Amino acid sequence: MSNFPFLSVLTVAPLVGALVVALLPRRLPDLAKLVAFGWSLLVLVLSVAMWIAFQADGDRFQFRESYAWIPNWGVNFTFEVDGIALVMLMLIAILVPLVILASWHDAEQSKRSVPVYFALLLVLECTMIGVFAAADVFLFYVFFEVMLVPMYFLIGSYGGHQRQYAAVKFFLYSLVGGLFMLAAVIGLWVVGGKTFDWQALSQADIDVNTARWLFLGFFLAFAIKAPFFPFHTWLPDAGGAAPAGAAALLVGVLDKVGTFGILRYCLPLFPEASKWFAPWALALGVIGIIYAALLAVGQNDLKRLVSYTSIAHFGFIGVGIFAFTTQAGTGAVLYMLNHGLATGLLFLVVGMLIARRGSALISDFGGAGKLVPVLAGVLFFAGLASLALPGTAPFVSEFLVLIGTFTTNKPVAVIATLGIILAAAYVLWMIQRTTQGTLNPALTEVDGMRRDLTLREKIVVAPLIALIVLLGFYPKPVTDVINPAVKATMQDVGRTDPAPAVGSVQEAAK
Amino acid sequence: MTELKLPSLDYAALAPILIMLGAALVGVLVEAFVPRRLRNGVQLALALLAVLAALTMVILNADDRLLTAGQAIAVDGPTLFLQGAILILATMALLLIGERSVERGGAFVAHAAVTAESPEDRRQAEGGGGTTEVYPLATFAIGGMLIFVAANDLLTMFIALEVFSLPLYLLCALARRRRLLSQEAAMKYFLLGAYASAFFLFGVALVYGFTSGIPGRTAGVDFATIHAAVADSSASPTLLYAGMALLAIGLLFKAAAAPFHVWTPDVYQGAPTPVTGFMAACTKVAAFGALLRVFHVAFAGAAWDFTPVLGSVAVLTMLVGAVLAVTQTDIKRLLAYSSIANAGYLLVGVLAPSKDGLSGTMFYLVAYGFSVIAAFAVVTLVRDADGEATHLSRWAGLGRRSPFFAAIFTFILLAFAGIPLTSGFTSKFAIFAPALDANQAWLVIAGVLTSMVLAFPYLRVVVMMWLSEPGDATPTVTVPGALTSAALVIGVLATLVLGVAPAPLLDLATGAAEFVR
Repeated sequence: MSNFPFLSVLTVAPLVGALVVALLPRRLPDLAKLVAFGWSLLVLVLSVAMWIAFQADGDRFQFRESYAWIPNWGVNFTFEVDGIALVMLMLIAILVPLVILASWHDAEQSKRSVPVYFALLLVLECTMIGVFAAADVFLFYVFFEVMLVPMYFLIGSYGGHQRQYAAVKFFLYSLVGGLFMLAAVIGLWVVGGKTFDWQALSQADIDVNTARWLFLGFFLAFAIKAPFFPFHTWLPDAGGAAPAGAAALLVGVLDKVGTFGILRYCLPLFPEASKWFAPWALALGVIGIIYAALLAVGQNDLKRLVSYTSIAHFGFIGVGIFAFTTQAGTGAVLYMLNHGLATGLLFLVVGMLIARRGSALISDFGGAGKLVPVLAGVLFFAGLASLALPGTAPFVSEFLVLIGTFTTNKPVAVIATLGIILAAAYVLWMIQRTTQGTLNPALTEVDGMRRDLTLREKIVVAPLIALIVLLGFYPKPVTDVINPAVKATMQDVGRTDPAPAVGSVQEAAK
Repeated sequence: MTELKLPSLDYAALAPILIMLGAALVGVLVEAFVPRRLRNGVQLALALLAVLAALTMVILNADDRLLTAGQAIAVDGPTLFLQGAILILATMALLLIGERSVERGGAFVAHAAVTAESPEDRRQAEGGGGTTEVYPLATFAIGGMLIFVAANDLLTMFIALEVFSLPLYLLCALARRRRLLSQEAAMKYFLLGAYASAFFLFGVALVYGFTSGIPGRTAGVDFATIHAAVADSSASPTLLYAGMALLAIGLLFKAAAAPFHVWTPDVYQGAPTPVTGFMAACTKVAAFGALLRVFHVAFAGAAWDFTPVLGSVAVLTMLVGAVLAVTQTDIKRLLAYSSIANAGYLLVGVLAPSKDGLSGTMFYLVAYGFSVIAAFAVVTLVRDADGEATHLSRWAGLGRRSPFFAAIFTFILLAFAGIPLTSGFTSKFAIFAPALDANQAWLVIAGVLTSMVLAFPYLRVVVMMWLSEPGDATPTVTVPGALTSAALVIGVLATLVLGVAPAPLLDLATGAAEFVR
């Protein structure tokens, strides 16, 4: 089974599905939805099969495939995954069907084509899978840039208030980062011996000064993508304007490309430069944790609030990566998964709430729990997961990041811990103002608010809740996969842990 | 007095040029003898056949590496590659020029000399046959371009410059609508073009003077002599620098590089759109073909001297093109500034003195040519009762009215912005990589920075088309005739194929990337 070309099939399959869906007549929106949903389930099944075939204690990179593309420049279609990429691929495969299900009626509100909406979602899935599966820097760059196009149209054509502005801002910010990366990619190609193969490049001997410049080019692109403070300003706009499903994918998966890119490209390819820039990156991470949390407290727009919480969480991930310990690194990768689940859930639930009320403003709610108790309960759970309550999955990752950082950099860990308190503030205050307290009389006049969660919506949230609880109590299956990859990455950087790593990780995980 | 010896002519190698010039002459006879109602068809067929015949000869000559006509013409890899490129792009342009179903009588007016805005002029704008002289004019221009990229001495190059420039001046003046703009464009192009030619000629004279200083060799303006002179002429290097600068001005004018670009937006806007497409694609190939040959063959030894200057020109060109494109409100002017910025990128390629740099530049020329002709083909289709609707505000909501053409145009704009899987990305890579390899990091960084700026105007058009609501003023897209469709399909397919599978053309360009001297 492990000879099966999982990665290329996984990348191409959603694209084929997108073509099929796009070619369906506009008159048959329901058929388009069903086909898209079925197709994404197919991808999920394939991904599960790949997860099973992956040997956690085997080679660092598995499922390698390589086909020639542009021999003149040494460009190949090379795919392979390590544990980190595998986890991200699983996250995509799980989130996309749920997002499709959650967006069942989203596209109908705009006057635009329904099949195209679902086709765009599948195209997005294709590019997201490709970006994590690529092991050729050129190929990675191609997916990294092309990913913008479907997201741009999802936000711009199907988004809410200020969608044009948000879509253009999103596109330009990402493109600016991407072009810096392009310069660095070309530079890497020139100094790395005219090859784009990751394995070959990671062996290349690069001059210290050049490496620092190249690191900056890559890091800038990833920092904008992630986004880290101070490159974050596009995310609240994009997250606020995007339809809830697309927003869940945007912060849940798309932004992880940034942190994933740092782990896969910045650290192993430019180890010296990574260490040299680490203090700066840590500073950005810590500032992001505090600053974004403070801004989140002050938000009156639900989707913008969730976007700001994400920026704070990305600060944690950044700190975890640049602490250079296996614990913190594993925590960061686990955080990438858990954040995708928790924030994805939060975005979807918030989207359901907004769809009912017809407004995203917190001040338009109040006591909503009395009208839609189940929905309010799910929101509460999603909020708790987001603030990393023990027993939910994000707690494990946040805790790992903090203890892993504490061993090498105490001040950073201490300041970052403050972020947990602020997280409690913004989540609980948001919950209080929307679902608790006295019932806002205006709410009773809105028809939508009388319907609690439908069966379809329950099916959407149930798997995410189950996963968050499961991984909160028993993260071992995932940490087993992540750990070797993170360890190898830290070895690339040339950092060894101050204390024995594996045992303490598993203890903490338990 | 040395005896005059007739130079030997390699007719097979010269065949593409001879075919085009011959067809142009036949075209003039067709004007005189074929009845009016048949003329358009005959002329179009003649021009297309000539281009195809010339292209066949280029392909048959593919392995030629020789100098002929008394060292005046070099038939080598770059010549053949660029001649092929010009002929293929010219075919697309001819298809656009020949389109008659989008507008009654085509995009050209019958009597260009009628006073603009007079009642008679308005009558002829409304309908009636267009002039068919455009075909011989275009054919002459193509022939001139074929000589231009093959010229192996400066005088031949100058004559070729005039042969392809004069018909272009005329073609610009023939737009059916907006006659004043069209005439202004032609006038401006002609006057500035004449200045540029004068600069070029003066440069030739100075370089001739410089070559007289080689011990034991007669002076001359063929590239081998200039190359030898750069190495060991005893004449003052001031002659060389001044001559090089003046020659560069003449060529950079045609290439639309800043600060010699000021004619570009006006001419692109005023000229009939098919002619604009022809200029944007073919003139660019010809101009850069000549620039490559002059600087890589004749002045290669002076690379240390001209690289900083040309580099500054490249940066300035990219900046001017990108920044001014942001402020444009007319789609044709926007594309004009984008073409200026692209001239800057191409100059980056010219300054990478390696085989990769040469092949990358040639690849870029072809890729850009296909995209830009397709872009102008779409512009010819977006129209209302008064002809083409070129103001950007009129494009609002076009995606809703005509999703197909809006999607095509979006794809082309994404290509211009350099998004992967389009030829725009591969061609940028093909140019930036050799430049970085040649330690021209500053040019690459300038290129990357201006690409970011340039992305904004492209994106603005995309936003206009898709995200704005259509208003009453949104024009409809005319269903294109077979000719425009063909040009559009070729352009869009090439943009996609060169983005997804550029290897075959890259191989071809790499195989051709060697000058004979």
